[in-house]
Amino acid sequence: MTQTIRPAPAPARKKPPAPPARGGARERLIRRAPLLPALVFAIVVTQIPFLVTIYLSTLSWNALRPGERDFVGLANYADVLTDDRLRAALVNTVVLTAGAVVLSVLLGLGLAVLLDRRFPGRGVVRTLLITPFLVMPMAAALLWKHAFYNPAYGLVNGVLGGSTDWVSSYPMASVVATLVWQWSPFMMLIILAGLQSQSQETVEAARVDGAGPWQVFTRLTLPHLRPYLELGALLGSIYLVQTFDAVFTITQGGPGTATTNLPYEIYLTTFRKFEYGEAAAAGVVVVIGTIIVATFALRVISGLFRMEDHR
Amino acid sequence: MSGRGASRWGTVAWAVGAWAAGLFFFFPVLWMVLTGFKREVDAASNPPTWTFTPVLDGYRQVFDRDITPYLLNSLTASLVSTALVLLLATPAAYALSLRPVGKWRDVLFFFISTKMLPAVAALLPIYLLVRELGMLDNIWTMVVLYTSMNLPLAVWMMRSFLLEVPPALIEAAAVDGAGLGTTIRKVLLPLVAPGLAATALICFIFSWNEFFFAVNLTATNAGTSPIFLVGFISSEGLFLARLCAAATLVSLPVVLAGWFAQKQLVRGLSMGAVK
Repeated sequence: MTQTIRPAPAPARKKPPAPPARGGARERLIRRAPLLPALVFAIVVTQIPFLVTIYLSTLSWNALRPGERDFVGLANYADVLTDDRLRAALVNTVVLTAGAVVLSVLLGLGLAVLLDRRFPGRGVVRTLLITPFLVMPMAAALLWKHAFYNPAYGLVNGVLGGSTDWVSSYPMASVVATLVWQWSPFMMLIILAGLQSQSQETVEAARVDGAGPWQVFTRLTLPHLRPYLELGALLGSIYLVQTFDAVFTITQGGPGTATTNLPYEIYLTTFRKFEYGEAAAAGVVVVIGTIIVATFALRVISGLFRMEDHR
Repeated sequence: MSGRGASRWGTVAWAVGAWAAGLFFFFPVLWMVLTGFKREVDAASNPPTWTFTPVLDGYRQVFDRDITPYLLNSLTASLVSTALVLLLATPAAYALSLRPVGKWRDVLFFFISTKMLPAVAALLPIYLLVRELGMLDNIWTMVVLYTSMNLPLAVWMMRSFLLEVPPALIEAAAVDGAGLGTTIRKVLLPLVAPGLAATALICFIFSWNEFFFAVNLTATNAGTSPIFLVGFISSEGLFLARLCAAATLVSLPVVLAGWFAQKQLVRGLSMGAVK
């Protein structure tokens, strides 16, 4: 309403925009206006579907039996929490995510340390190293499944000899190895940025005081890298907990439920068994689990914010 | 580490180690590219063959199987959603950095929290809604979903780039009598152009590579590049050379873009937290 009184956009220049907002309702509206489209879009596209998921989770609804769509309260949750498949999927999700994150952070740390020192062709090596992360995950999964793990003509057997069917014998390791190959370069990039922000003067001072390379690394470099390692692990977890392409392609969750993680299990419940109510309840349980983990994760990000304030 | 000679040998050893690590990680990609140029007999030979006469059969078959519409779908979804993301995220990032609204921290955390919600928990309602609207297998559905997928990341990134604009420059522009519009066009945009490019690149990469929503919401009309690859999953009648040709082809745009923008990539992927 106040906008109609406003004569022209000119008065904006009377005061510099530097100090935080205090002014009237109109001033606040002007400040908020640029934010609103993004905020409204994010709420509509992400929050409303989730509310619908909660509603659907209270229904007994199998799409193969049309017409039956009864309110059953929390019965789906009871099913979900006592379901062996889902418990297996939960364990697999933890193993897969934790395994891939920890291994790729460690490998990424090693690679970053290698690349932190000057040597001929460093730029080329860095380019080679980041390429796995850029390859389409679906393409990577197919490549590993067929060109590497295949028992008859796969390269792993071609190099090691033997005729091991890697995917059936070591399904989880096969998936995790593929993910680690894709994600180590990502960790390397973040950790390398951390290494390059380390003060060389401090390192020199420590050397002068007689510290060996290992002492410098464990006493100075690692503590300095801590926020970067945390950030890498956090971002890796956000993406890897949702792993779908690799499971879908390499093992289809099998053999049995050996590699069925939660995203893949919910996908099966929805699009293979058409148990909409149960799938929705499983989705809600996943979100609750994620919120618990995310609360911790957000604390990590807050820590990064404090770094920003001190800079 | 004492004499000059020792440290030179150290550098050589270091270089050898680093190159070995780089080639080890790159090798699967190299193998993929090489296999794409093999004849199927050479591709599936046991033991694997290193010497072969390169042929274009694999690529020819990929185009015969009509990969073009899938590539075009990917291009549409990635480019349009990237443009939409930038249009929504840049003003939002501005409101969360240079002229911060109240509770900006909460809003910023809200955005990132939507990234932490597993997509699988929203799939069913989205699927049902899209089906009701008759928008299944429609590329514009993917545009909307990819926009929401990349929005939080883009807000965080753009905010980190905007924070680097010296406030003095904006004040100076105001003193010189520039209005908000002029300030944005003449002062802000040129300064954050590299940031905009980096943000666009990240959004493009994530949209181009997205598979989960694509496999559940598209089919023949709106299928994107990864959906073309799904046809290769079953191992019966597998043609490895053709698969590798297709995998190389769909990965190429993102790999090239990533090579050219390595530095910006780090910052983008870490949501601006790492420079």
